Amino acid sequence: MRDMLRARHAANERLAPARVLNLVVIVDREWKGEIANRLERAGRYHGSRTILCAVQEGRTTLDAIATVSYDNPEDKLGVMWEKVEIDLGPEHLPALQTIIDPIVVSGLPTVLWSPHRHDDAIRALLPLIDVILLDSDDLPSAADAFERVFSVRDHAYVIDLAWLRTTPWRERLAASFDLPSRLAALGHVEELDIRHRDGSSASALLLAGWLASRLGWEARPLELHQGDRREGNVSNGADEVRILMRESHQEAPGLAGVMVSCRPELSLSLERGWGGLDATEKLGDGTVSRWKILGASRGEGGILGDGIRQALLREPTYWPALNAARELCNV
Amino acid sequence: MTAIEPVDLTGLDNPLTVGLERLPVHPTSLVIFGATGDLAHRKLLPALYNLAHEGQLPERFEMIGVGRRDKEHSEFRDMLTDSVRRYSRRRPDERVLGGLIDDTRYVQGSFDDDSVYEELGRTLAEFDERAGRTLNRVFYLSTAPDYFPLISAKLGAAGLNEVDGAQTRIVIEKPFGYDLASARRLNAQVLEVFDEPQVYRIDHYLGKETVQNLMALRFANALFEPVWNRNYIDQVQIVAAEDIGIGSRAGYYDHAGALRDLVQNHMLQLLALLAMEPPTAFNAEKLRDEKLKVLEAIVPPSPDEVAQMAVRAQYGPGVVGGERVCGYLEEDGVPSDSRTETYAALRLHVSNWRWAGVPFYLRTGKRLPRKLTEIAVILKPVPHVAFQGHGSVGIQANQLVFTLQPDEGVAVSIGAKLPGTRMQIRPVNLEFRYGTSFLSESPEAYERLILDAMLGDATLFTRNDEIEALWGIVDPILEAWDADRSTPIPQYESGGAGPAESDALVDGGRIWRRL
Repeated sequence: MRDMLRARHAANERLAPARVLNLVVIVDREWKGEIANRLERAGRYHGSRTILCAVQEGRTTLDAIATVSYDNPEDKLGVMWEKVEIDLGPEHLPALQTIIDPIVVSGLPTVLWSPHRHDDAIRALLPLIDVILLDSDDLPSAADAFERVFSVRDHAYVIDLAWLRTTPWRERLAASFDLPSRLAALGHVEELDIRHRDGSSASALLLAGWLASRLGWEARPLELHQGDRREGNVSNGADEVRILMRESHQEAPGLAGVMVSCRPELSLSLERGWGGLDATEKLGDGTVSRWKILGASRGEGGILGDGIRQALLREPTYWPALNAARELCNV
Repeated sequence: MTAIEPVDLTGLDNPLTVGLERLPVHPTSLVIFGATGDLAHRKLLPALYNLAHEGQLPERFEMIGVGRRDKEHSEFRDMLTDSVRRYSRRRPDERVLGGLIDDTRYVQGSFDDDSVYEELGRTLAEFDERAGRTLNRVFYLSTAPDYFPLISAKLGAAGLNEVDGAQTRIVIEKPFGYDLASARRLNAQVLEVFDEPQVYRIDHYLGKETVQNLMALRFANALFEPVWNRNYIDQVQIVAAEDIGIGSRAGYYDHAGALRDLVQNHMLQLLALLAMEPPTAFNAEKLRDEKLKVLEAIVPPSPDEVAQMAVRAQYGPGVVGGERVCGYLEEDGVPSDSRTETYAALRLHVSNWRWAGVPFYLRTGKRLPRKLTEIAVILKPVPHVAFQGHGSVGIQANQLVFTLQPDEGVAVSIGAKLPGTRMQIRPVNLEFRYGTSFLSESPEAYERLILDAMLGDATLFTRNDEIEALWGIVDPILEAWDADRSTPIPQYESGGAGPAESDALVDGGRIWRRL
């Protein structure tokens, strides 16, 4: 790798290696192409050195290929980034750190993403990594997904893609209730109705957990019904807040809509729409207003890219939200 | 069950904003005066699109373009679409773009025409009514500077300078004034109508990531502050070099010149950020207080001193990039007897405890060898060198170089031993480049600044007293240059390093850094 970088730099001295983070990705070999595409769609937020381990059932040998890519703008510094693809078998996973450790760039944060589980590989790499990318929407049970987060929290900083799917919703709810005329209503929320895609209940629970933790609600387990529908009441200290979560048909993972109703006369709903969120405000006097909140969909690639970028940041509200979400799903 | 502390919502702090990267922007109507002009076309409208794309515009956002050109609303929307498609830093999402332009309005008329402001008032009221609340108002003056006082006064006369239940702000593009007297006059005219906290004077350099990183580097690292003073720093050089000529801007440029175009605003702002004391908090007033102290510590030259501390010149013919180019006086639209400088170099001193005796050299020019904006902090040499005379380049003073363009980043030059059996030293660079360290695209400066104006954060905008202090430094130089109608203006060869006359400015055995 060093020789390749030196050779590139010698051929064009305006090329310099990117040094942001190591990204270690563990995938099933048959899905390698799909994961590579997803990484491609992450845009500029990617590892400066990506190490992709493709696990193939029955394989006993190791094969690897290293490549250096670069952009070469005419009048600016060109940036090089490196990719190492390793084909390996399940028997290599318990000692995977001995393969990965010599390859990572030392002194940079190392991020692990293992979208197809491979828990033994994760266990092996925990001492080596700084950040782990998980997706709590990946597991059939949100409760299990939240437990998985807890199981690694002492070893690495956790970035949960299910949490990042709620980012625009959190930002928009925060903005909507930032107006002085609405801010006081946050203390009088009486119902929270969240709709999500099939399989994205963790995102919904995290959004509810975020509101609960930010607004001081005492979270209690919600009843789980057929079709991943959850409902129940939590306390805001003075009154009960009804929480309802249900599935909604949509293609993209994540949330489909959120409605917050406040006593005595405000309800605000945000719905996923084309080119942004469709907002509807209903007041007690019957006034209804609708508008569009602009914003392009990030897509799953963009969410992954955001996850990689978050590896360089620290988010103070995730853990309180997760704690509340665990209460809501009775963990 | 987790017991959670109840949150007090009786105050105004919004508990939902904690930890968010994007702070809420209150619903806003943005009015752009000069909406059909070049700045709006190339910068403002694409910046607004990118804010919309990233979901950073307020939940209710309305836009009105005001211009003298006769256009229908639909033609203005077409122009906006074209601006975004041509100049946006990302390919537009047509659905977001459609949403942005959908109900954008255009008000046509002369800026002195009362009916323009009446129409504006009606449209703003219509937006408020539709939203069911009064939206904040931001008036963005992207016009020729002559119109700033007129538009400001007309907004006041039409009662648009304030509105019950919402904030009204005015953003004023550069140049703010033509000299100290006109800047004071303009400040007075604007402040007759708006209060200072409503006024956002733009210097788009302050929105650049590297400029903001100057503060991060100085105040988030223990490494630099101990040497950031006259005991260790020998000199500072700030350069803003361009390889191009004036192009089609003769009308503007011949009236302005290099000193007004770049030194009075961008370069002196850089100097202030570099030399200021650490602010006690990173907010608009504290930061601008500290910058102002630096600017006020720069003693303006007397008329007799100008020749010793300032050099002006014009580019002559030459060769740039292998092609012959004409001199400034042969450019289209430039009078053949023009005395406008296309190059300016200054030596300034910040007369305070920290910087006494440290020269700050500023240099800007057109048709120089390459495009480069950088700040070089050059330290004093080490007091004693044990391994001199071994035939190497030798030990050179450490330099800390902030590059603003083309490759944003920071480099520290240090002496290192050449591989071999002898103790031979040469300078090498420790480098930090944005492109390699973050792999992320920096937002355009205008995106940040428009957002800040809507947020009501004036940290990266220039205050009235700052503007006057900036003009106070260059005004005596302008006056001395204007008064001298006989001394020939030095010429420098296009594509060369600038006039030889400027070498005399860097005294005490110092030399200009190579461009």
